[in-house]
Amino acid sequence: MSWQGKILRVNLTSGEVTPEPLNMEWANDYIGERGLGTKYLWENMDPKADPMGPDNVLIFATGPLTGTSASTSGRYAVITKGPLTGAIACSNSGGKFGAELKYAGFDLLLVEGRSEKPVYLLIEGDEISLASADKIWGKTVWETDEWIKKQHHNPMLKIATIGIAGERGVRYAAVVNDLHRAAGRSGVGTVMGAKNLKAIAVRGTGGVRVKDPQRFMQVTDEMKNLLAKETGGLTKYGTNAMMDTMQEFGGLPTNNFQEVQFDGYDKIDAKAMLKTDDTGHTNLLTNKACFGCTIACGRIAHIRKDHFTIQNRKEYWHASGGLEYETAFAFGPVVGVDDIDACTFAGYLMNEHGMDPISFGVTLAAAMELYEMGVITTDDTDGVELNFGNAEALTVMAEKTGKQEGFGEILGMGSKLMCEKYGHPELSMTVKGQEFAGYDSRALQGMGLGYATGNRGACHLKHDTFEVDMDDQTGEGKAEPCKTSQDWTAAVDSSGLCMFTMGAWGAPEFAAQLDADSEGDWTAERLMESGERIWNLERMFNLAAGLTRADDTLPERLLKDPAPSGTAKGRVNELDRMLPEYYDLRGWNEAGEPTEDTLGRLGLS
Amino acid sequence: MHRMLHMEPSLCTGCLQCEMACSYEHEGEFNPARSRIRVFEFEHGRTSVPYTCTQCVEAWCMKACPTAAISVNTELGAKLVSPEACVGCKACVSACPFGTIEFNPVSGKVDKCDLCGGDPKCVSACPTDAITYVDAGASGVGRMQASAQQAAQGGAS
Repeated sequence: MSWQGKILRVNLTSGEVTPEPLNMEWANDYIGERGLGTKYLWENMDPKADPMGPDNVLIFATGPLTGTSASTSGRYAVITKGPLTGAIACSNSGGKFGAELKYAGFDLLLVEGRSEKPVYLLIEGDEISLASADKIWGKTVWETDEWIKKQHHNPMLKIATIGIAGERGVRYAAVVNDLHRAAGRSGVGTVMGAKNLKAIAVRGTGGVRVKDPQRFMQVTDEMKNLLAKETGGLTKYGTNAMMDTMQEFGGLPTNNFQEVQFDGYDKIDAKAMLKTDDTGHTNLLTNKACFGCTIACGRIAHIRKDHFTIQNRKEYWHASGGLEYETAFAFGPVVGVDDIDACTFAGYLMNEHGMDPISFGVTLAAAMELYEMGVITTDDTDGVELNFGNAEALTVMAEKTGKQEGFGEILGMGSKLMCEKYGHPELSMTVKGQEFAGYDSRALQGMGLGYATGNRGACHLKHDTFEVDMDDQTGEGKAEPCKTSQDWTAAVDSSGLCMFTMGAWGAPEFAAQLDADSEGDWTAERLMESGERIWNLERMFNLAAGLTRADDTLPERLLKDPAPSGTAKGRVNELDRMLPEYYDLRGWNEAGEPTEDTLGRLGLS
Repeated sequence: MHRMLHMEPSLCTGCLQCEMACSYEHEGEFNPARSRIRVFEFEHGRTSVPYTCTQCVEAWCMKACPTAAISVNTELGAKLVSPEACVGCKACVSACPFGTIEFNPVSGKVDKCDLCGGDPKCVSACPTDAITYVDAGASGVGRMQASAQQAAQGGAS
């Protein structure tokens, strides 16, 4: 079967690395990856622990299908207590690192304690060690990747690392693997930095075997064909095709959510990336797959050499990770910028320094609003005019934040703390301290409910109410699809596969692949029930950490200020109507706590 | 007809399905480290290039082998390693100019592409047709055609 049956416990305080058997009972109850990591977190730490302290635990978890030939099988997740939210953080990434970890013989890494000095973890076959990171502390993600491969004469190493942002406490620092794939959200890289763990380098030469190989090959082949029929748009345009849809619908958050449509959208959308300009330059060079992925939605782009961002910086003249929808949103409409090269450059900087583009962009947007209100001035911003639409301000501040210089130190706090510092908490577009993604919840009601109840704070990836939201713009009937898709997404995130397959594969399709892969009878029903169990365990972690019903809310701007234009013009988010219905469906009491019956039904008592 | 594996890097997305199909066919497990075909990345991921044994007609590996463990399948043109005769001396590894015959530390023998008996699994696993199994006598035709089209449009480079 596809589990290696082994995890690695890394104690950074003592410097010990200890292989342990995988708890198969937990794997059966929580599927893998996100769910299994959550269970390990729950069993290994006090939810009240300081996220930046040694008692926080940092988990890298693969799923049962990670490293197999099922399409999109390169996923892993980083699970910890998040510094932005004080809640559970779970951030998912592709690339090649996750599969490599499995090939190295480990289903999951559990990192505890804190190293006195910066170290990196090296796993080369049977040789596992913690090595001094003196020479790479202060280096970028890209420099670190290169240095470790050279140091060990092994170009086949797959590396997950933090950049300077993670070392210096940017609260939304990412873990970046394979140069430009990232466990980007919720500050999982900040926790890694606080532990003085710079990087994890892995080379695995073992194999992954599945339960029923013949059936597995047959089922996964069928599923690949099904996927190919449904995902041609993602292959050609990437996720940034969403920009046009949100603009037309009026759900494209602009100028820190003051507007819901953006005039310059067509200068930074997927079509703009494909367009050749008057100098013969085309932003997009090619598309790129993560491990095992037959969709290949990843973008590889380059910047015009005469653009102000890089004209004197040849080190950025190479190709690199290009814009996807969320980066285009975070460097585009929400900060009012429509310069595709500046947006692309800001994206490079996020990968290079290891930061979440969404949290950075939405924090910068709040700073821009503070600047336009006159609350902060150029005296605060190192002389940079922080108006909406200033492309230079975007790229200068991205770099300052990545390196933690000047006003970048303030932006690195995240929107919530920054807005509180300047006495305007209402400008922070966050839930539980984490910034919104590129969907306005006045236009997309169920999205708003998903944001408000998100266990890691505002997040567009932990539920999927997109279709029902587009069909109807009231809060009616949104609680059920929100709840069901939260459970389902939790199952998908735990499988080792990518949620971008969800348009082609439902629960029966996932179950068929998982059943041929792993021991136990995997059915659609069991997957859904496991997803619900995972969601509730995440909730239990948050309640134990001290979060309450009061944290399941949205900023007043979305609850009281009507959408100024678009199809939802005049609407606010109807959270008050949806939330009680949602708690009821979940089997939670009015305080938002799972009842004894619910816990019993899910085996969580 | 003599066929060969034809690689078109411009179509490769780097998904590694070929590596998994190859290792499954030969080892019964998914293990890119044991795949006879490998995909390499260059320029920050801009280019992904699949690479495997070209099945040289006068094969360096075959000539270097002291135990005559490498033989020719005349029908396919494939050079095959006999695990019984291979002693793991690695002379072929040194001799191959392309690095496409590799020592396997688990078996103590060498591994190379055997064209899967005429049905290469990497070809059927590739989702973008970056790897095709074509008439060896017309392997340049695809690119020639693309260049000709460019020339016809006045954009030959």
